[in-house]
Amino acid sequence: MIDRELPYPRKPPLSNPEKLARLAGIGLIVLIAAGAFAYVNGSLDPQRLTPARVVDVFERNNGVHPGYRRNHPKGICVAGVFESNGAAASLSKAEVFASGRTPVIGRLAVPTGNPYSPDSAAPLRSFAVQFTQPNGQQWRTGMNSMPVFPVGTPEAFIDLQIATGPDPKTGKPDPAKPPAFFAAHPEAQPFLAWVKTAKPSASFVTETYNSVNAFVLVNADGKRQPVRWSLVPEATDAAPAPDAKEYLNKDLNDRLASGPQRWKLILTLANPQDPTNDASKAWSGEHKTVDAGTLVVDADSSQLNGDCRDINYDPLILPSGIEGSDDPLLAARSAAYAASYMRRTSEVDQLKAEPALEKQP
Amino acid sequence: MSTPVKHFAPLARLLHWVMALMVIAMLFIGAGMVASVSERHEWLLNLHKPLGIAILLLVIVRIIVRVTTVTPPLPADLPAVQALAAKLSHYLLYALMLAMPLIGWAMISAAGDPVMLGSSVRLPSIVAANPDTFAVLRKAHAYLAYLFFLTILAHLAAALFHGWVRRDEVLDSMLRGKSRD
Repeated sequence: MIDRELPYPRKPPLSNPEKLARLAGIGLIVLIAAGAFAYVNGSLDPQRLTPARVVDVFERNNGVHPGYRRNHPKGICVAGVFESNGAAASLSKAEVFASGRTPVIGRLAVPTGNPYSPDSAAPLRSFAVQFTQPNGQQWRTGMNSMPVFPVGTPEAFIDLQIATGPDPKTGKPDPAKPPAFFAAHPEAQPFLAWVKTAKPSASFVTETYNSVNAFVLVNADGKRQPVRWSLVPEATDAAPAPDAKEYLNKDLNDRLASGPQRWKLILTLANPQDPTNDASKAWSGEHKTVDAGTLVVDADSSQLNGDCRDINYDPLILPSGIEGSDDPLLAARSAAYAASYMRRTSEVDQLKAEPALEKQP
Repeated sequence: MSTPVKHFAPLARLLHWVMALMVIAMLFIGAGMVASVSERHEWLLNLHKPLGIAILLLVIVRIIVRVTTVTPPLPADLPAVQALAAKLSHYLLYALMLAMPLIGWAMISAAGDPVMLGSSVRLPSIVAANPDTFAVLRKAHAYLAYLFFLTILAHLAAALFHGWVRRDEVLDSMLRGKSRD
């Protein structure tokens, strides 16, 4: 590739001190460049909240369950279709809101950190949905049955995980820590007030699932409308959970055997004064809502080999016409889910080795 | 046989310096993005993907320019081991400029994610969705990024060594079109 050239007149040689000074200069430049890189990638800043450190906190609290998601690891895949009625097409140019059908792959889950948690371990359920538009763009959303998030920032969320997790010294949760956390975080009051009344549901399909975070719909004219969305069930026979460890998957199977299960996709349009950057705050008072269509679920499959297993339900995978808001939790969820996904995708073989979901920890 | 030249062709020099800026920016963007849970993560990610595709397109042009223009020879008195290191590191830099965007693209494809450049441009997937493939590509993308950065540091140090210590024409051959006399 490179030939040698003939010798040419050289500049006068450098003295040894001159040579050393220049070598030192080169060394300094390389060191500064390497240092800048180490600063940017977080190596010089062990306190920085990075995606990997968020996932580390989950692994410390819950143990490592190879192959599973690092949060909400217990769940079941579902499949179906979203039947848009076109009512939201004037708000968003996303194909999913034009009249018609969009295939979906979803995942219903129990929001704990352990894939072997009993179904009643949390008074919450979660529903993640991936809509695949004809143009190949996707809308992924991870929703929860709570109306508001406990806190508004990733830093506070991690502090909450640390406060409710095992103490590094004793290995057991410190009962003094959660009250101290909540005293320092008055923004958690709406969530705490709700969770007091919340009870584990007997079924996934009787729950309402909320985006919790705000997003922005953009229509063909470029008009922007902040929204939150909810999946509101058509099933009306909500019941308290039975006294059993596992009941959600059987309930879902039984219901699907008798027919598809449906939720209305309701968009709640923000009023001008509503906060879009704080998922811990409810949007109170009168709000315009739009019924955008019906999510129809007609099949389920195990998460160990179902279609939802390899989907990272990153809330910032959005089609043209839906954008993230200024809610700081969105970027944090996106970043942390990517770190969880990176870890679990290299462990899929171990997941296959698990005999059944019912296995005890 | 072409006549030896002392300087890289103007287009080769332009591509070198433009891509140097882009690649270094890209490595810092990547490193900062995976170390952040703030809005910066999203902002940098949205910069990372189109910039990577731009580098992929430019490196193809650059390879064509490299093989079709005359490259200045290394000094004849350069020790053989240094000449070999120069040659191998240049091959490595070209390989990484080509491979990193392709691995990034393939990795997003393997995750089953739409390969979006901005909010409405979608590139086709170049590999089938598969978690094992994703895991391998995702790790390769990270390790090769470190290798890339270290190779660039070595390249920078070597270039300065030529210009400041050996005081030959190697650094000049990329800096300017005419010799200083």
